[in-house]
Amino acid sequence: MTPSASLAPSDRASGRELSLQQQRVRSAFWFLAPMVIALIAAAAWPLLRTIYFSMTNTTLSSLYEGQWIGFDNYLSWRTLSSGKTIWRGTLVDPAWWNAVWNTVRFAFVSVALETVLGLLVALVLNAEFKGRGLVRAAILIPWAIPTIVSAKMWSWMLNDQFGIINDLMLRMGVIGQKIAWTASDATSMYAVLLVDIWKTTPFMALLCLAGLQMIPKDIYEAAKIDGVHPVRVFFRITLPLIRPALMVAVIFRTLDALRIFDLVYVLTPNSKATKTMSVISRENLIDFDKFAYGSAQSTLLFAIIAVFVAVYIWLGKVNLTGEGR
Amino acid sequence: MTFRIKSLIAGSALFAVLAATAVKAEEITYVSGAVGNDLEIFKQIVKPWEEKTGNKVTLVPMPASTTDQFGQYRLWLAAGNSDIDVYQTDVIWAPQLADQFVDLKDAAKDVIKDHFPSIIESQTVNGKLAALPYFTDAPALYYRKDLLEKYGKQPPKTWDEMAAIAKEIQDKEREGGNKDMWGFVFQGNAYEGLTCDALEWVKSHGGGQIVEPDGTVSINNEKAVKALETAKSWVGSISPDGSLAYQEEDTRGIWQKGNAVFMRNWPYAYALGNGEDSAVKGKFETVALPSGGEGGQSAATLGGWNVAVSKYSKHQEAAISLALYLSGPEAQKMNALLASHLPTLQALYDDPEIKEKQPIIPQWKEVFLNAVPRPSAPTKGKYNEVSSKFWSAVHDTLSGKGTAAENLEVLQADLEELKGSGW
Repeated sequence: MTPSASLAPSDRASGRELSLQQQRVRSAFWFLAPMVIALIAAAAWPLLRTIYFSMTNTTLSSLYEGQWIGFDNYLSWRTLSSGKTIWRGTLVDPAWWNAVWNTVRFAFVSVALETVLGLLVALVLNAEFKGRGLVRAAILIPWAIPTIVSAKMWSWMLNDQFGIINDLMLRMGVIGQKIAWTASDATSMYAVLLVDIWKTTPFMALLCLAGLQMIPKDIYEAAKIDGVHPVRVFFRITLPLIRPALMVAVIFRTLDALRIFDLVYVLTPNSKATKTMSVISRENLIDFDKFAYGSAQSTLLFAIIAVFVAVYIWLGKVNLTGEGR
Repeated sequence: MTFRIKSLIAGSALFAVLAATAVKAEEITYVSGAVGNDLEIFKQIVKPWEEKTGNKVTLVPMPASTTDQFGQYRLWLAAGNSDIDVYQTDVIWAPQLADQFVDLKDAAKDVIKDHFPSIIESQTVNGKLAALPYFTDAPALYYRKDLLEKYGKQPPKTWDEMAAIAKEIQDKEREGGNKDMWGFVFQGNAYEGLTCDALEWVKSHGGGQIVEPDGTVSINNEKAVKALETAKSWVGSISPDGSLAYQEEDTRGIWQKGNAVFMRNWPYAYALGNGEDSAVKGKFETVALPSGGEGGQSAATLGGWNVAVSKYSKHQEAAISLALYLSGPEAQKMNALLASHLPTLQALYDDPEIKEKQPIIPQWKEVFLNAVPRPSAPTKGKYNEVSSKFWSAVHDTLSGKGTAAENLEVLQADLEELKGSGW
């Protein structure tokens, strides 16, 4: 009797606690449900569908008649009677790897430059000066213009015959003759980079600025009193303190850069020099009626981004918490 | 009181009329790429049909690039989109999209014989007439009559002659102060248009037509190599480096500002070039595209646009009526007079009004009758990929990535692999 009597209150107590916990879980579930449903409908379902399509031989003209072919769109091989083996699939497609290389190169260079420039702009905007609000608003304009519009605008400005950039540079004597910026293989990637950096630096600046404004002023005052050199202040105080904000900004931009499509598509001819992963998978999906093959490339694009994010978060965590030092 | 009753009666009568017309009048959505002033002209052309039937046509304009249009249309059709009733289709699309269009053979059985048989044939897939011809297209060499006369030149017969004249006039004009002058402009962007341009170079040099009508891949041959090498030599000398990004409208921009001696373009540029705002108005003529020298003959790629009715349209009857109207004599004549688009009805080439106002059109009949079709018929559903591989190889060659011989050798192997056991 005694044990059960002594158990009763605690049972009741834990029962109340559990039910409170359950209640909280339940209400959390109901609050999250719309979001989860939206995510499943807008992200998970299309993703699973793409992965499914990539393992079939579906074409766009017969979307529902595809048959399961396993991993053949990724890699398949057959050995000829002569003993020679032929490899097929995206993973051995030089056009795909060229696109991967273009995308990675673009993402690396653009994000690196945007981060540096964005930080510089943010430092300037963080300083006290008259009309700061106006300048802050004005600097956001490139980010506010839709990419298609800015790409078209830049393609006219960069036009070799009537573009303003060639005209300016000719008049200033920087170049001897008009350059076909977007047409030639040597410069088309730079043109894409230029426009992307122009467009996205404000976004980076904004995120950095948010980080800068979180830093308490008294740290700087203390450094000033101690007579620390401003460059040292930047590297020892500012940079470590805005690092979390910077890390988030960099991952945002890298995700965007890895799936770049519109700028390349509008600005440059459809040539090997600038084709990115998104461009090539769209081409297969729609233009070439190789829906399944394009789906395989989309899936790979997703995988590449997922791996990148995982590695980045993992490395970022190590550095952020200071573990392993 | 009486006033109120009157207005009530008037109101309900008006409502009844509106309701009646709402039932009868249908809204047809027509989708088409747009270059130059196509949109305004289209509105004028469909007006008589709208008045006659009481229906209304809404035009959805698309980008000028046929490659971009195709991507969008295929997506819409694959999704069974019923928003678009009538598609304006490129001559090469029929084999790829025929399944999604209504068979127009019965509706058009009385008028089929009036069109050029080759065009009707190009739109017939497995016995099904996928689209009705709206206008046909074949490019020519535009030349500046005034400049050629100034330097005592005749219109060129071969590509080499063309290049020599272009170089000479370009250099002399530049010395004379016109720094922006170029010898020749063509469409060198990596898109369907480059396939057209390059097919002309190859064919006019006697190098075949990429994939022959029997399905053989023929592109890797010495004459084709020579043709591409010739074209490569123009870039940077008589043609701007930017040619590698030009489509039709870019070249027309340079031409119409008076900054080119020669231009390769479709007939639409003729009417626009003679427009009020054109710097070359009355200063130019056209001639058949040059040939590749000995053993070569002039070759023009067969283009042209057709009207197809979507299988998913909810207004099929009205849509078919519109397609019949657009391919009929009234619309085609207006299109010829307003936009210098070539009719597909044989009789219109003898029409006195067209002869008088667009003298170029009867002359163009010859060009068009000798036009080379792109290999869309033998390669069927794989045409886009064939064309893309071809234009990529040409674009690489023009931009100096690999020689013509190297690129065509790889192209031949790629196309044969794509072909597999058959197209």
